[in-house]
Amino acid sequence: MSPSIVVDGVTKEFSIRSTRTLKQRVVKRLRGEEVVHSFRAIEDVSFDVEDGESIALMGLNGSGKSTLLKLISGVMRPDQGRVLTRGRIAGLIGLGAGFHPQLSGRANVYLNGAILGMTEAEINAKFTYIIDFAEVGRFLDTEVGHYSSGMQARLGFAVAIHTDCDIFLIDETLAVGDRPFKRKCLKRINDLRREGRTIFYVSHNTNQVERLCKRALVLEQGKLGFDGPVHDAIRHLHYDEDEDPDAGEV
Amino acid sequence: MTAPAAHHPAGPLAPPGGAGGLAEVFRRRYLLRLLLRKELQVRYQGSVVGLAWSYVKPLVRFFMYFFVMGILLGLNRFEDFALHIFAGMVVLHLFTETLGAGTKSIVRNKSLITKVQLPRETFPVSSLLVSAYHVVPQLIVLAVMALVYGWHFDPVGIGAGLLGLVLMGVLALTVALFFGALNVFYRDTQNFVDTISIFITWSVPMIYPLERIYAATERGALPDWGVQLYLCNPLAEAVLLFQRCWWTPAAEDSATAAREQMPSYLFERGFISLGVALVLLYLAQRRFTRLEGSFAERL
Repeated sequence: MSPSIVVDGVTKEFSIRSTRTLKQRVVKRLRGEEVVHSFRAIEDVSFDVEDGESIALMGLNGSGKSTLLKLISGVMRPDQGRVLTRGRIAGLIGLGAGFHPQLSGRANVYLNGAILGMTEAEINAKFTYIIDFAEVGRFLDTEVGHYSSGMQARLGFAVAIHTDCDIFLIDETLAVGDRPFKRKCLKRINDLRREGRTIFYVSHNTNQVERLCKRALVLEQGKLGFDGPVHDAIRHLHYDEDEDPDAGEV
Repeated sequence: MTAPAAHHPAGPLAPPGGAGGLAEVFRRRYLLRLLLRKELQVRYQGSVVGLAWSYVKPLVRFFMYFFVMGILLGLNRFEDFALHIFAGMVVLHLFTETLGAGTKSIVRNKSLITKVQLPRETFPVSSLLVSAYHVVPQLIVLAVMALVYGWHFDPVGIGAGLLGLVLMGVLALTVALFFGALNVFYRDTQNFVDTISIFITWSVPMIYPLERIYAATERGALPDWGVQLYLCNPLAEAVLLFQRCWWTPAAEDSATAAREQMPSYLFERGFISLGVALVLLYLAQRRFTRLEGSFAERL
C-alpha cells in the first residue's frame, strides 16, 4: 500500500493583529503593547493516511481540526513541514460554495460543480444523479434564492458528494437534511469507502465515526494527541463517559 | 452509479492544489467561463436599464469632457476632438475597469477562497474579461463614429490598435493581480486605487492631444525630459497606439497627422512597452503566488 496523504511535521501559525489602522498601531507601539501576536493552530503534526483508508479526525472545538482539513485540501499552506496528497481531492467542504441566489438550481449545479473541480462532461454525466439525490425535482429551474434552506443545503450536498475524487474530505456536515436524507448520505459515503477511496472524516459524532472508520486522530490544541484505533480515541477524549447527545442519531 | 471496483489514484504525491498560476486558470477555463457568465448575468439583475448602465457612465463622462474641457476651456482646437477623446476612453476604460474590479475581486470572493481550493488568479482574470466584454460594443460605437469623421482603412493603424489593446490588457491584468492580492492585507488598497484612477485619466493623451505636451516643453512649462518621461508611461503608449488606429486615419491629411501627431518610433516604443508589461505581469504573478499562501487566514 502507498500513502495518499502525507502530513510531515506541519505547523501552521496565525498572526492576530489587534489593530488595523496605522494610528492604532502607532499608539499601541508607543504604549509598548504587542501589536501582533501569533498562535499555533497546528503544531508539528505528522501522520500518513494509506490509500483507501478511512480515518477520523477528532478533537474539541478550536483544537485545529478545520485548519488541518484546509491544509490537506490546499486552501491553506503550511508554515513549516509539508503536506502531500495523491490524486484528486473533493469532499463535503465548502458546501454550496459559490451558489448564487439569483441563478436557477440548474445553473448553480454547473457553477458549483465547476468550482469543486468538475469538468463540463463530468457534470453532464452526473446531472440526473445529482438532481435525484438533492430531491429538488420541479424546482430545478427556480432561482435558488427561493429554495428553503434545507433544499439549498441538499443541493450543495448532492453536488459535492458526486464529485469524482481519490480523497474525500468530510467536515461534520452530515447534519444536513432530515433523517432519510442523512441515511442516504451515509450510504453514499459508505459506497465511496467501499470503492476504495480515501476518506478523511472530521466529526464529534462518535457513532458515525465508529461506523465509518477504524483509525482516528485526536488533535489537542494543535498537537497530535492520539493516533490509533477509533475506540481508544474515543476513550482518550473521554467522549464515552457522558451520555452522548447524538446517541440514536443516524 | 460508479462500479464498486478497486480505486487507485494515479500520479505522484504532490502538494495539494496543483501548480497554480495563470496557466492553471487557463486549464480550468470551464470554471472561468461559468464564473464570467454568472458575473454578467447577475450584475444588472433587478435593474430596469440593465447592461446599459455600463455605457451610461462613460457616455456622461464623454460629454463632460467634451463640453467642459473642449468647448468651455477651449481644448477642442484640434482636428476631430470628440473622436480623440472617445478613442482614448475606450482603451483606457479597459484598464481602469479591470483595475477597480480586479482590486476588489479577491476580497469579494472570500467565501469561495476560504473554503475551496481553486486557482485564485481566476478572479482578477475574470475582472479583465468582464471589462473586455464591455469594450466590444464600445468599439462598435467608436468604429461608427470614426467612419462619420472620415476614417479610412489603414493596415498600419489596425496593427497599432491591436498592439495598443494587447498592451492595455496585459497592463490591466498586471495591476489587477498585484492590487487584488495586496487588498487582502491592506484594505487601503481600494482607496489608493480609486485615487490613482483619477490621475490616470489625465496622464494619457485623451482629453488633450500629445501636441500639448510638446507645446508645454517649448514654452518652458515642462523641462525637456518631460516629454520623454510622459512617453515612458506604458498607458500613454497604449492610448497613442489606439489613437494611431482610430484618430489619425480620420484626419483630412492622415499621412501628415500620423507623422506629426504621433511620437517618433511609435511601434518600437509599443513593443518595448509590451515587453516591459510582460515582465511586470510575470513579477505580479510571482508576488501573487507568494501572498496567496496567507489569503485564507487573512480574509
